[in-house]
Amino acid sequence: MIPLNYYLLLSAFMFCCGVLGVVVRRNAIVVFMSIELMLNAVNLTLVAYSAFLGDVTGQMLVFFVMVVAAAEAAVGLAIIISLFRNKQTVNVDELNILKW
Amino acid sequence: MNTDIIIKNLSLLTPELIVTGTLCFVLLGHAFDRKNSQLYVLLSFAGMLTALFTLTSYIGVKSSVFSGMLNVDPFATYFKIVIVFATLVILVMSRFSDEVNNETETVGEYYFLILSMCLGMMFMVGASNLIMMYLSLEMTGLTAYVASGFTRKAKDSSEASLKYLLYGAFSSGVMLYGISLIYGLTGTLNIAGINHVLLQGSANGWALSIASIFIIVGFGYKISAVPFHYWTPDVYEGAPVTITAFLSVASKAAGFAMMMRAFKVMFIDSSAVSVLAGTWTFIHGVQIQNVLIILSVLTMTLGNLVALWQDNMKRLLAYSSIAQAGYMLLGLAVLSNDGFAAVMIYFVVYLFMNLGAFYVVMLISNKINSEHIDKYKGLGRKSPFLSVALAVFLISLTGLPPTAGFIGKWMIFLSLINAKMIALAIIGVLNSVISLYYYVRVIRNMFLRDEQEAGERMTFPYAQQILLLSLLIPTLYFGLFFNQLIEFAQFSVAMVGVK
Repeated sequence: MIPLNYYLLLSAFMFCCGVLGVVVRRNAIVVFMSIELMLNAVNLTLVAYSAFLGDVTGQMLVFFVMVVAAAEAAVGLAIIISLFRNKQTVNVDELNILKW
Repeated sequence: MNTDIIIKNLSLLTPELIVTGTLCFVLLGHAFDRKNSQLYVLLSFAGMLTALFTLTSYIGVKSSVFSGMLNVDPFATYFKIVIVFATLVILVMSRFSDEVNNETETVGEYYFLILSMCLGMMFMVGASNLIMMYLSLEMTGLTAYVASGFTRKAKDSSEASLKYLLYGAFSSGVMLYGISLIYGLTGTLNIAGINHVLLQGSANGWALSIASIFIIVGFGYKISAVPFHYWTPDVYEGAPVTITAFLSVASKAAGFAMMMRAFKVMFIDSSAVSVLAGTWTFIHGVQIQNVLIILSVLTMTLGNLVALWQDNMKRLLAYSSIAQAGYMLLGLAVLSNDGFAAVMIYFVVYLFMNLGAFYVVMLISNKINSEHIDKYKGLGRKSPFLSVALAVFLISLTGLPPTAGFIGKWMIFLSLINAKMIALAIIGVLNSVISLYYYVRVIRNMFLRDEQEAGERMTFPYAQQILLLSLLIPTLYFGLFFNQLIEFAQFSVAMVGVK
């Protein structure tokens, strides 16, 4: 059986990739995908812990996280489209009507 | 779980059920009659008023529902009353807002969004399980992202909405990672259960500190504490004024309530209460009191300093609300019932003064279509009532007597002094002095600076003046007669799961 630490390291790595993507990438859609990657890293942690603790609450939370991520993607893409209609860009650097 | 238990649990959530019912009706009404905004306001107002009355019958109830998912206790009820009251004010404000009424096609959705935000916040203040906390946070967040981009044609509104979404999704992701670590360390998601496991001291202290810091990121974003505040000025400036006002009061109140409950129930070592000052200590390994202190000092100092050179009224009030969150974080960092009660008193006071200030900004922007501070020149002559009211609200935000803001600040500083944290109290007072400068700048523009061209007198319908009065009178009233408010807050500190 693969030890717990491997799962945790993988999910920590995924989480860091997600954070890096949010910080480095400038396209709103890619930033959004990076956030989804962060959420999936969290899901992996939860599932791993849940399996090793023999407790189902963690897996229950994973379902909720997946549902919320789907809702967030729907709302997020809708907002990105409405922004694109106004400004013809989804580059976060060009969102400068309001000072960052 | 049999039917009787479900019905018993649901009966404790009657206010939430009423809000749910109301928002369903508003959405249905929108399907039949798209442009009848009068109908939506009346419907939502009636629903929220009923919810408020039902809430008052839950004062003193202390119980846990749905296997520890939600708590119905005096603490939650207090914050629910604040949130529902803020929603009522926002509903009436929205009726008067040109910005909202111009979106004739989608105005029904607007009221639906307000009500669902209110519902999410009501769950936030009662949540006693990390699953419930995350879900209610997201429910409030998702509706708030849409609501802040409600004026779709306005470029800055959709920009604000996207920024809010990206920051919100990011910080809730970080918070969720913290939650998953806590789950791994303790094997449970119930905050009282987590406390129980942590007290046994088997959890790894290093991992625990990281997890608690990650959770603070999520809370810090919701209450717009520095350094998680970057979204606040942009969203507050870009969103419609009504949504800005709602976010700055109700969303902040819900975030604070959730943070206070999480820290007090989850991370406090209940065996080590200092008898003399009544202060608590964190469980060994989660020493985050210093983190809270640093956050609060940073938040109020940066909020106040940056507010000094803002020229847009909404942006100025955004930074002022960041600073206000800093003062409230001071009350939290005290870690005592006194400090918590002070924060709760501050929220009632803050509700009236901040909503009042935003309301005046909205009324003026209806007339002159601008929120620039230079456009406020000579306002004292054009509309004396509005200008005096705004002056009172701003003085109250500064915290000068005889307004309610003074009582709020005084209680927070008093709790600091009782806990022997005098240096922090001094920093707080110095910050209030800085804030005086930018608030007075607005007042000076209104009364002492004359515009070149003599503007016409502004007149406002009686209905709009009545709402203004009903925010103005409590701001002055609580400055003079505050005993009942303080008693009620001290009574409402009680939470389920804490001795």
